[in-house]
This record gives sequence, structure tokens and C-alpha cells, in this order.
Amino acid sequence: MINSVGKNQLNKIILRIFLYLILSVFVIYYLLPLFVMITTSLKSLEEIRTGSLIALPRNITFEAWGTAWSTACTGIRCEGLKPFFWNSIFIAIPAVIISTLIGAINGYVIAQWRFKGANIIFALMLFGCFIPFQVILLPMARVLGLIDLAGSISGLIFVHVIYGIGFTTLFFRNYYVSIPVELVKAAKIDGATFLRIFWSIFLPLSLPITVVTVIWQFTQIWNDFLFGVSFSEAGTQPITVALNNIVNSTTGVKEYNVDMAAAIIAAMPTLLVYIFAGKYFIRGLTAGSVKG
Amino acid sequence: MSSWFEKHLPKIVLAPSFIAIILFVYGFIAWTAWVSFTKSRLMPKYDIVGFIQYDRLFDSPRWDVAINNLFIFGFLFILISMFLGLIIAIFLDQKIRIEGALRTIYLYPMALSLIVTGTAWKWMLNPGLGLEAVIKNLGFNNFTFDWLINPDFAIYTVVIAGVWQASGFVMALFLAGLRSVDQEIIKAAQVDGVPTVKIYTAIIIPSMTPVFLSAFIVLAHLAIKSFDLVIALTGGGPGYATDLPATYMYTMAFSRGDIGQAASSAIIMMIVVFSVVVPYLYSELRNKNDQ
Amino acid sequence: MSSILNIKNVNKNFGKISVLNDININIDKGDFLVLVGPSGCGKSTLLNCIAGLEKINSGDIFIDNKNMSDIAPKDRDIAMVFQSYALYPTMTVEKNITFGMKVRGLSDEIQQKKLIEVSRQLQIETLLKRKPGQLSGGQRQRVAMGRALVRNPKLFLFDEPLSNLDAKLRVEMRTEIKRLHYDLGASMVYVTHDQIEAMTLATKIVVMKNGFIQQIGTPEEIYNHPANIFVADFMGSPAMNLIHAQTKKEKDNYKINIKLANGEVASLTEKRKLKLPKDIIIGIRPENITENGSKNKQNAQVITSNVDIVEPAGSDTYVVTKLGETEVTARFHSETKVKIGSKIDFLLDLEKASYFNPSSGKRI
Repeated sequence: MINSVGKNQLNKIILRIFLYLILSVFVIYYLLPLFVMITTSLKSLEEIRTGSLIALPRNITFEAWGTAWSTACTGIRCEGLKPFFWNSIFIAIPAVIISTLIGAINGYVIAQWRFKGANIIFALMLFGCFIPFQVILLPMARVLGLIDLAGSISGLIFVHVIYGIGFTTLFFRNYYVSIPVELVKAAKIDGATFLRIFWSIFLPLSLPITVVTVIWQFTQIWNDFLFGVSFSEAGTQPITVALNNIVNSTTGVKEYNVDMAAAIIAAMPTLLVYIFAGKYFIRGLTAGSVKG
Repeated sequence: MSSWFEKHLPKIVLAPSFIAIILFVYGFIAWTAWVSFTKSRLMPKYDIVGFIQYDRLFDSPRWDVAINNLFIFGFLFILISMFLGLIIAIFLDQKIRIEGALRTIYLYPMALSLIVTGTAWKWMLNPGLGLEAVIKNLGFNNFTFDWLINPDFAIYTVVIAGVWQASGFVMALFLAGLRSVDQEIIKAAQVDGVPTVKIYTAIIIPSMTPVFLSAFIVLAHLAIKSFDLVIALTGGGPGYATDLPATYMYTMAFSRGDIGQAASSAIIMMIVVFSVVVPYLYSELRNKNDQ
Repeated sequence: MSSILNIKNVNKNFGKISVLNDININIDKGDFLVLVGPSGCGKSTLLNCIAGLEKINSGDIFIDNKNMSDIAPKDRDIAMVFQSYALYPTMTVEKNITFGMKVRGLSDEIQQKKLIEVSRQLQIETLLKRKPGQLSGGQRQRVAMGRALVRNPKLFLFDEPLSNLDAKLRVEMRTEIKRLHYDLGASMVYVTHDQIEAMTLATKIVVMKNGFIQQIGTPEEIYNHPANIFVADFMGSPAMNLIHAQTKKEKDNYKINIKLANGEVASLTEKRKLKLPKDIIIGIRPENITENGSKNKQNAQVITSNVDIVEPAGSDTYVVTKLGETEVTARFHSETKVKIGSKIDFLLDLEKASYFNPSSGKRI
């Protein structure tokens, strides 16, 4: 009896060790690329050629980071990622703010002021979230030309706002739909108007879902490549396009350390957002019972 | 007048978005569809001539490769991501002490741009200096791992990078699904003496069908839209060995100046996406309305 | 007395489903009107129509003799308390109460004065800086009432305000609402599915079912003279006994024959001047069926029957037997000892009995 309990105990411990071992293997799988990126970016080209991919750098040098930031060549220009980093900032910030605001008021209308046809509009928006953007690339390129936004930062902001509305509306609608309709009724009887109710009652309630929407939109827009490569020109490209140009530029010696430093720079903002605000994202998603 | 305004304000507020969606989503789809039935090349033409572009498309060996690749990539990407995601979710569900930290590690690739992912894996898979060299240095001198430059295998490198990026997200979906199973049912099974493995295979996993469906939809959608990853990892090469419909469309639209081909390939992509997504969304919306 | 709320021929439907059918109600200033009925009877919809939160399809609603049918809720001079309280979650109690006044542009001094007055009245002075999430159910209820009270409206509307409270608190708040009504002399419309609330609070009750008004009357009328079987069954707890019986006309009165459980027939005599058909349903409340010898009643008659179940309920004991093929509940004093299975005498007070037509369900 005692023996069999001991054996069970032993089995359990072996199982636990096995479990943690497997989970560690996955940790290595997911972290290895990041590890390699960081170590490679800190090595000299010489060390990269002679050393091992997974070895720690012998002599840490930040030279590649400097090159990636300010002198690496993206095609003909050799100003590093810096101008493109700012391009992405100037695209992402207005686009995130505008699309989030529009989503908030849309969600408020659809969830709380239901009128005939509101559900159809919502369904149309929802389907719009899922289209492959290839199907709108050609006409959008022409329309941007027609309204004189072709190749401009404003043009990219416009495109990101238009195709972000579907998701931002979805987020806010699903959050507001869980708020009892009595709240609007009570406020109506109190004499508040449509906009007053939104401003005084719903907006103050919306922090969790705003966090979710802002993180989502920022990640989408910062990481976008398709719109960037299709609708920008040499001076207005976002950072993802510039990174791709650095990595795939065929002139000169291949500088792997610079490529990796550039990749980390391009990844940094969304990575930081994920690390520091990721838990609010998950919390906000569950707060509004977005699951449906 | 002001009460009329107040009464219709909700509609007025929603109207710009509605018009934008109608114009920039559905109008543009209609435009693309229209052009796909014309002889457009460098400039769009608007007189419909029938299925010429689609005939050209399906006669093109490059499109053939793209479609083939989509099936290979889509199938493996979805299957492996789901499998890995489920396994990790189940392992993480065993009251792991550092679950929070592990979840963060498994999930962070989702925050990265696919261009970054492609760049990183391109370097890791570099035949001269990447993982191949690491294994060789361990003493396996005959080891070769040159998928990135091998036309027959290059598409699998896209799968490797894609799975790395998306499987953590699938894990998170499954973990949430596992946690939402009624704990009383599990307790009842435990009291009945059902072994843990059996609880998972007979009770928990079957009750997660909706989660499987969601994960499938998200992954299929990602697979069909995949563009950035291929561009960054292989540039569609070697040759056009790793072309996907998305890269084919882009090449036709912006490098080859063949608007007709771009439009028809985009329409095919949309049909594929919608044949997966529409039934799902339809049933979701219906369920919501029934509640 | 002048009319404060007059509902005339109101109809309302959601698509093809008709939820209110030809509703006519008129109450005077100071009345406490309770709309009562099972869920889905249309009582909440009617309240929402009075508030203007739902549009009516036809008919008119007058508040203080002013036609409000097409007026916005905010201009109807009403206040409403909701079942879920509907407190604004991000505002403090104070802001919740003053929000309506602020929106209407009242001066800060008036707002503060009213706030203090109302919070004292409801004893929520210490809660003013808290948010709704930090309040108990009973406290939220008080704040919701406060929000309505500061408005000093012509008409108060209550939508099942007590149904989210536990039993003890519910009784307390019921008394409180009754006191408020008395103190303020205000006019109120109150929706509930709880017939005890209806009986205790109302000066006038409207019983509804499937969008139709079944009966309008004072609590006494509704209780003692239910208009039909539905009202008889719905109002009162335990419910009124409804016993199938046959009548036989004799020269001055009717013989009423009730089938007993053992197949025999018991015969009672109705001495009131009534005109009864052959088949009837007798409606008689449990308190009008008592132990033999309990009281001297004018029209009391004895039936001997088997005791099936005995349910002691503190002050009373409910004794269940079978008459006319239905279970009948009688109310005995708790001191009376009754054994299950024994045969005892039941005293029926026919003076308080109601008679219904079995086919139409209507009162005779």
C-alpha cells in the first residue's frame, strides 16, 4: 500500500519534469529567433562570418544599430530607418485616433440606438473586415490619385482609417451591447441627448475597450506592409517597407547585423506595447464579453 | 426641426461610415470585378469581354504554382498551428506555476510585423551561416538545410515562419476554450474516476468545436492573405517558386502593369476567402440574433 | 380629483405580434396604480409607452390632461426607476442624482439644495461620494429612487424596482415606497409580477394578461370580486380554490353539489339572490374554508372530507383536501390538530364565494 503510494508519487514527479521539459523546448522555439536577432545585431560582420549563429557575441558592438538607424541604404537613399520610423509614427497615431473615435460612436449607435437596418449595416461592416485587401488595391490607387493623396502620408492615414472602421466598430459594438439598455432609457428621461449620453455616460465607461482597440489598431497599422508598399513613394514609406528594402537591397556587402538591428527597431514599438499593455488587451477583451 | 435632428442623429452619425464602407469596400469590389471581365492591361478598360482574364489566369503556369503553394502552405500552416497550439494549451492548463510568463513568450510573435518575422527567419535559415552551419559545427558535416534556396522546398520555410508567428495565438484561443468548459462536468468526471487523458479526449476537446472553428477561420484567413511573409522571406523566389495568389496579384498590379490579371486574381482570392468566412459569419450573426 | 394619467385606446405591436390591445386606464392625482400580471403580459411595455421610451401604434396618452403621445420622454415630466436601477456606473451617487438637473441647466445651488433634501429623505447622505459599484443592492435601489425624487415629476414610474432585492430587503423597501407615496402625495405607476406587492402598495390595480386588461379595481375589489378565473387564480397566496360544481334550482335558493373524493356528493345551499347556470366553478379563498366551529358565519356550511396534506405555516396551518376533483386548500388555526388521512369537517363560508362560468371563465 505504502509502496504503491510512493510509486504514484514518483510517477507524478516524473510526469511534472517531462511537462516542464516540453514547455521549455517550446520556450526555446519561440525565443530563438529573437535571441538570434539580438545577438547578431551586436556582432561585427567578421564575427558573424566566422562564429556560430547561436553563439553570444564576443565583442559587443552597437555599430550595426547606428548604421540601421541612420545610414543604411533603402534603395538609392542611405539615411537609415530614422525617417521611415517617423513616417510610421505620423501614419499610425492619427489613423489610430481617428478610427478608434469613429468606431466608438458607431458601436454606440449600433448597440444602443438600434434602428431598422442597423443590423444590416453592421453585417456589411463585419464582412468588410474579412476581405482580402488585394481586391481594393487597384481602385484605391486610382482614387488616391484622383483626390490628390497618392503617395502621401495623408493618403495612408485615409486608407488605414477606412479599412480600420470595421474592426473598431466591431470592438465597441460588442462592448456596448453588454451594457443594459436601461442606462440609455434612464438618461433619456433625465433629459440627456444622444451626444450627451455618449459623452457623459458611455465614453467614461469605455477605457477597457479603448485600450483593446488602440492596441489592435496600432499593431495593425504599424505592422502593415501591403498598403505601405502599394500607396507610398520614396519619401513616405512606412518602416516595414523600408526594412524590407534594407534587407533586400542588392548593392554592396550583405550586412546581416544591420538587417537584424533594423528588424528589431521596426519591431520595437509593437513589442513594447505587447509587453507592457498586453494584459490590458486580454482583460479588456474579456471585460466586454466580446466572445459573444 | 431640432427634434427631427435629434431623432435622426444616430442615423446621421452612422451615415459617413456606412457610405465609406459601401464605396470603399463594396464599390471597389464591384470595380475590381468589373475590370476582371475586361481586356485591361496597363490602363483599365471598361468594356466587358467575358472571361478572358480568367482564362489567361488559369493558363498561366505561375498562377498554377501560386494556387498549389496556397494549398500546401494553407494546409500545413493551419494543421501544424492548430496541433502545436492545442498541445501547448493543454500542457499549460496543468496548473503551471509560471503560466503567465510562458504565455507571454509563446504569444509575442503575434505582435511582430510579418516583415520582421520573415527577416529573422531568412537569417536563421541562411544556408551558409544559419542553422545549417550550427548543425554542421556539431559534427554532422554532411548535414544540409538549404530549403530557402531550393525551389522544391522553399514554400516549407514559409510554413515554418508562419507557424512560429501564429501558433502562440492559437494556443491562447485554445487555452481560453479549455478554461471555459464547465468545471462541474470535469469534477463529475474526476469523481467518476475518469483518467485525465480521457477527460481531455472525451469531454473537454469535443466541447471545444466552436473554438476549433474560430481558430480555423482566423488561420485560413491569414493564410490566404499571406503576402508580407513571402515578400520578406523569399521574395516569392527562387524564381517564382514561393508565389502565393497575394504576391501574384501584387506583381501583376504594380510590377508587370497587368491590371486585368491583377483584378481577376484578386477576385479569385476574395471568392476563396468568402467561401470560408461567409458561412461562419452568417451562422455567428444568426446565433446572436436568436439569443 | 383631477386626472393625472389617462390612457385611451392604446394599441402597441412589435411587428406582427400585438402586445397591447385597446388599453384604457384613468387615474387621479395621488393614485398609486399597480400594473400586475405574469411575465409577457405587456405591463412593462405599457410603462415604457407611458414614459415615451416606446412608441404606441394608436391611441393617446394624457399626462395631467396634456396629450403626450408624440412627446419625447424628457418633456413628459416623469421620472422612472428601473429594475436594474440603471445607475450611471462611472458617476458618483451625487452625480447620478444631479445629472438630470445638470442636463436641464438648473443652477448649482438648486442642485445642491435638492440633493441634500433627497439624500436626507432616503438616508443616503453618507454614500454621496461613492460609485454604484461600491453600493449594496438596497443602497443602489435608494439612489435610483433619489434620482427620480429630485426631479419632483408629475408622475413616478417604477419598473419592477424591488425584484432584484432579497426577500427581507424587498419587504423593507416596499414599506418605504408606501411611506414615500403617502408623504409626497405623488402619483405613481408601478409594474410588478408580485401580487403581494400589488395588493400592499396599490390604490388601484390593473391586472393584465397577453396584452389585455383583465380587471381594474381597488385591491379589495380585485381580491374579493375577481372578474374572471385568471384574476382569481393570479391574485392571492395561496391561490383561490376553484372547485367544479353543479347547481340545482330550488324555490328561493340554489343547491350546489360538489363531488367528494370517495364519489359521494356533498350538497351546499347558496342563499344569496343569484342566478346561476347548471355548471359552475366556485371560487373560494383558503381563509374562507376553516375548521368546524371556528366562527359564527352567516352562510357557513359543512363538508366532510379526507385530509390529504397538512402544511404548518407558523400562524396558520394549511390543510389540503380534494373537492370537485381538484385540490382545495383550507386555512386552519395553528392550534387545531389535524391528522393526515383523517376525515374531518370543513366549514365553507359561501358569503365570500365567487362563481364563475366554466366555459367563459367570467364571473357570474
